[in-house]
Amino acid sequence: MSIELIWAIILSFAIFAYVILDGFDLGIGINYPFIKSKWERDLAMNSVAPIWDGNETWLILGGGGLFAAFPLAYSIVLPALYAPLTAMLIGLILRGVAFEFRWKNKQQKNIWDQAFIIGSYTASFFQGVALGAFIQGIPYADRAYSGMWWDWLSPFSILTGLAVVIGYGLLGSTWLIYKTENRTKRNMQRLARRFFITTLVMIIIVSLWTPYLHPEYFDKWFSFPRILYVLPVPLLVFIGSIMCFRSLYKNHDLQPFLWSIFLFLLSFIGLMISIFPNIVPPSLDIWQAAAPEKSLKFLLVGVVIFLPIIIGYTSFTYWIFRGKTQNNENYH
Amino acid sequence: MFDPLILARFQFAFVVSFHIIFPAFTIGLASYLAVLEGLWLWKKETRYLKLFNYWLKIFAIAFGMGVVSGIVMSYQFGTNWSVFSDKTGPILGPLMGYEVLSAFFLEAGFLGIMLFGMNKVGKKLHFFATLMVAFGTFFSAFWILSVNSWMHTPAGYSINDVGQFVPENWFEIIFNPSFPYRLIHMLMAAYLTTAFVIGGVGAWHLLKNKTNLCAKTMLSMAMWMASVVAPLQLVAGDMHGLNTMEYQPAKIAAMEGHYETHKGAPLILFGIPDDTNMSINSIIEIPKLGSLILKHDSEAEIKGLKDFPKDEIPKAEIIFWSFRIMVGIGMLMIVVGFWSLFLRFKNSLYTSSIFHKIILFMGPAGFIAVIAGWITTEVGRQPFTVYGLLKTVDSVSPIDAPAVGLSLIIFIITYFIVFGAGTIYIFRQFKIDPASDKGIPKKVGSLGVSMKFFDKA
Repeated sequence: MSIELIWAIILSFAIFAYVILDGFDLGIGINYPFIKSKWERDLAMNSVAPIWDGNETWLILGGGGLFAAFPLAYSIVLPALYAPLTAMLIGLILRGVAFEFRWKNKQQKNIWDQAFIIGSYTASFFQGVALGAFIQGIPYADRAYSGMWWDWLSPFSILTGLAVVIGYGLLGSTWLIYKTENRTKRNMQRLARRFFITTLVMIIIVSLWTPYLHPEYFDKWFSFPRILYVLPVPLLVFIGSIMCFRSLYKNHDLQPFLWSIFLFLLSFIGLMISIFPNIVPPSLDIWQAAAPEKSLKFLLVGVVIFLPIIIGYTSFTYWIFRGKTQNNENYH
Repeated sequence: MFDPLILARFQFAFVVSFHIIFPAFTIGLASYLAVLEGLWLWKKETRYLKLFNYWLKIFAIAFGMGVVSGIVMSYQFGTNWSVFSDKTGPILGPLMGYEVLSAFFLEAGFLGIMLFGMNKVGKKLHFFATLMVAFGTFFSAFWILSVNSWMHTPAGYSINDVGQFVPENWFEIIFNPSFPYRLIHMLMAAYLTTAFVIGGVGAWHLLKNKTNLCAKTMLSMAMWMASVVAPLQLVAGDMHGLNTMEYQPAKIAAMEGHYETHKGAPLILFGIPDDTNMSINSIIEIPKLGSLILKHDSEAEIKGLKDFPKDEIPKAEIIFWSFRIMVGIGMLMIVVGFWSLFLRFKNSLYTSSIFHKIILFMGPAGFIAVIAGWITTEVGRQPFTVYGLLKTVDSVSPIDAPAVGLSLIIFIITYFIVFGAGTIYIFRQFKIDPASDKGIPKKVGSLGVSMKFFDKA
């Protein structure tokens, strides 16, 4: 296996880890408008307060890793997604500070709850828009982005934006099923069922639309014998959906969350199938975009040393804060 | 004004200046918290625990703002400076990658335990978490200053056929010529910045009540830091200056206001630099002292800006001033540090109201000095991003002015609202008496219980 490929796998792992981990805590914000009581909102916030910062760090690893390993891709993709990424950053700022600020605001109507909601929706939506614009393809010439700054805007990217909001909503609500009990849990189950249905609809629409964006995508899914290799993905989506749906009607704690992650994993694999071996669709591949071998090797050493340690202490933190969240565990 | 290059430069300057405020404070504060918790575990005096809990809340706010403004930075390189990113990515990318792996995850991973884990983990493990957060801030400074220093004094690279900088020797890259000086200078600046904030808060509470034990402790610890580190900072700054003299003489000439080349150059204390006419109306100068400071030889020659290529010199009109602001504040800190030693000797450190008022006034001094110092070094690097090799004008993204301008406006509005609110919340916390339990809710599970937990343990 070439080192470029190893790096593509590491980056995919970082991005997927980000999508799941920040996905469920952005999902808390997606669910916030449907959680009415202050007590339940506090609970939802407390369920991610000790871990959200670590979750978001995967986004920096994704961005930083792209800069280090595939600097050409970084320098083409980021200008192309200038506007949606800026909007995402603003959203992340608004919701990030809300974790602290909402406890400082004593007013009845907490504006930082509003900031948390707006920030979460903005960040999620524009992550989805950026994803859609990326899948559509990004033109470049002379090692630089060659399109216009609004090229990202299209019906497809709007659709993927909505899909990510809804998908994160599912992750957030199933996380809250896991972290809460009694009436709150029942409320979250009701919300999760709605998010689940809409997520499924979105997965189907995006999956059917994507192959028609580029003939190359179409071939990757429907040419023979490839169709036989990729067929398990939709089949597993079908099975995963049934399992997820069932678990939402039983009184399971963790299963709905895990099955939601499974659906995300399949969607992510589907995306990889469409794009690989490109890193900037439709025509820049991972070997063309990769940094020189010395750069890739040097940082790979760091990944091999640090990533297991990071996974170790991150798991430890999750373990410390395991179980149902109680509303009396904050230091404010 | 509607040139995308100018807008992109302004945007970077804006977001990075806002960002540096928070690390400059949290690097020092994380260490301070570790010291407080360590002292508490060692001496078992409640004042240390009270102070720990007091500053922990402030740390949480400041750190959160540092994180969100930092994420913006990691995307600025790509969105606004894509050509720079393509060319320097093979060198700077891995260094930043190490920052994420060794620092950001460490801070974020243990911050949760530090803030919320008091009654979930043992006190030793909690102390360990605090230490890890402090180490994380240090590692972060290490890597990002290595990145920044490489842009000033590039080393250990070659250039490939598509124009990218390619690593040849990682040791030379990381420990490039200006890095050790910059790292030490910045870490001491962060410690001094934090010390003056802590001293300011302590002095404020002493002005209200001269017997406040927690306020005395804060002032005393802060003034020890000032009296030891402020003079050391002068030495470090001088060494950094000599290093800059060697690698970026044009920056020194601009900082000093030297347009003409002199043998036995004066030290211009005050003057009005004029970049258009390439002259300075110096008002106060000390003969020969410039050469003595910069070359440690009163007859040495200092090259003036006129003798550099015209398109390779920075704006003296900016960094002549920012440098003086930084040095002026540094000198004040030294004076205050020695004054505190004198008061300590006379047993009146906790009773001198005039001293407390000055310390309160100097609370934000460190932030101003840090920003002025960064303006000096960064504007002084212009017109290059990678000094001598890659010009700023050749680094910018192919993005239209409206996108850059619009995002700039949105950043400005968001930052002023969000970080304005954060500052208000931090000040509200400052207002609370650290010695009292006011503001510490007594209900089950919050700090009241954490403290009970600690007392029991």
